[in-house]
Amino acid sequence: MSKKILIPIAGDEVAPRFDLAAEVHIVTGLKSGETEDKTVVLPQASAEKLCHLILTENISCVICGAIEEEYFEFLSWKKITVIDAVAGSWEKALILHLKGDLSSGEILCDRSVEGRHVDHP
Amino acid sequence: MPVPSPAIAHLLSNELSFDQLMDEVPLAMAVLDRDLHIVWLNRAFETLTGFSRSDAYGVPCRYIVRSRACVENCPKKKGDLSASAPCQSDLINRDRVRLPIKLTLAPLTNAEGRLTGYMETIEDLRAVQELDSKKNQAFSFEGIIGRSEKMEKIFQTLPILAQSDASVLITGETGTGKDVVAEAIHQTSLRAGGPFIKINCGALPETLLESELFGHAKGAFTGAVESKPGRFRMAHNGTLFLTEIGDLPLSLQVKLLTFLDDQVIYPLGDTRPFHANVRVIAATHRNLEQMVADGHFRQDLLFRLNVARIHLPPLRERKGDIRILLDHFLEIYRGQLGKRISGFSREAISFLTHYRFTGNIRELRNIVEFSASMSTEATIGVNDLPAYLLEAPLPLMQEAPPASPFHPGPLPAPLPETQAPRTWAATEREMILEALREARGRRQEAAERLGWGRSTLWRKMKQLGINA
Repeated sequence: MSKKILIPIAGDEVAPRFDLAAEVHIVTGLKSGETEDKTVVLPQASAEKLCHLILTENISCVICGAIEEEYFEFLSWKKITVIDAVAGSWEKALILHLKGDLSSGEILCDRSVEGRHVDHP
Repeated sequence: MPVPSPAIAHLLSNELSFDQLMDEVPLAMAVLDRDLHIVWLNRAFETLTGFSRSDAYGVPCRYIVRSRACVENCPKKKGDLSASAPCQSDLINRDRVRLPIKLTLAPLTNAEGRLTGYMETIEDLRAVQELDSKKNQAFSFEGIIGRSEKMEKIFQTLPILAQSDASVLITGETGTGKDVVAEAIHQTSLRAGGPFIKINCGALPETLLESELFGHAKGAFTGAVESKPGRFRMAHNGTLFLTEIGDLPLSLQVKLLTFLDDQVIYPLGDTRPFHANVRVIAATHRNLEQMVADGHFRQDLLFRLNVARIHLPPLRERKGDIRILLDHFLEIYRGQLGKRISGFSREAISFLTHYRFTGNIRELRNIVEFSASMSTEATIGVNDLPAYLLEAPLPLMQEAPPASPFHPGPLPAPLPETQAPRTWAATEREMILEALREARGRRQEAAERLGWGRSTLWRKMKQLGINA
């Protein structure tokens, strides 16, 4: 079975909240090694509906921002990998995940203070 | 670059650590730059969000605060702020817990008044919301609900009785909540840490009941292969609740009286007494005074139990409580059934408030459970009520003779057989006539009073043969 990844998004970034995401990006890994992408606009932001979509789309991995324990447990129980608390560009997150380098709590956005880049202390 | 750790100069003679000062503030606070990137946060902020100061440094605040306000209506979206902007919202912290919060974003300016950044404060509203939910439980005492005058008197008495160690006799019709009151007394008494043991005196035959209450020694009788402690010993340092005390056989009444006098029990077949520190609460739906007169209940036991008496009024004498109880049970079943029911229709309320509830609160609760399960609409209508209410002769509310909480009169007799059978149509007819009387014949006003449209009223009047 091909691997399917779902990322709730807000513009170019991973949506800060799973339950408030209005769009999702679904990436399907094909046998040839290529990927197929699609963006789905949700009729309404809702954690329940998003969980339903994840199940009906046979998603195997979810990369998201803040998610409530209830939904995290539900998806884990359904044997779906959930990488939560990811902050920053969803494309960066996807690339890291495909390389196997993405973990929960990863902050991928540029850190800056008053317009100047700062490093992670 | 490390997270800055500035010092405050010129406030006291020595410089103060900004970190130390702000960490002592119990409110979650963060300093943000003009682009809402986090520059600094205090310990309370770390605790609330689960993100450390170094984790959050330089990160846009929406990824750290993760509040609904950040996503839906970030105050910064409308441009730079000139005054503080508070809003109620929620956040999901690093432990994946959703918390209700009040979030305030206040601008920080330099000496010339130019915007340099923002101060974000977050108040955890969990405690406030808990208080709000407790406010909804007003008119109650340990799960007993009511705001009628009779219940208010009971609410005033219960805490006083709970603090004493006297025996209590609870009387009232079936379904009035005698068990709930007994448990409430125990839970608010000094014995709350001890056991609350309940036994139904009418549920077991005499021989079994004796061994159940007082226990027995091994070999006391055929089949007594083990020693049994008995309910009195189990209730040691707690409360023993004897429900249906009116059904206690006379022989056991003597034993109970002995215990109430000496606080000592003698298990069957055991020569050693056991000193049990037990408070006895008894309850019955029977008229014990009448039973004493008939020779079915010992007068001395009645006196011994009747140290304090609570009489629970039947629901038909608590008119004002029906509505509050309907809402209370609806709230419970709405949660249990996961339904979004907003309440009862005006017709259903009118019907239920006029219903007699012979089964008292138990019957009311069952009606609400049934109706909430059956309802497919946002409000529970008359058609969602159990069919027996609508089809069977309707026992409507009648004024019962008043009874004092502590000196109740004879328990109300069952419904008279001769009561005229009532149907829903008859009730509806009465409701319409009453509304028309109140509206002095004005149909529009009467329809409004009934919560119907003018055409519905007209149709029903025609159906019921009412000419106004």
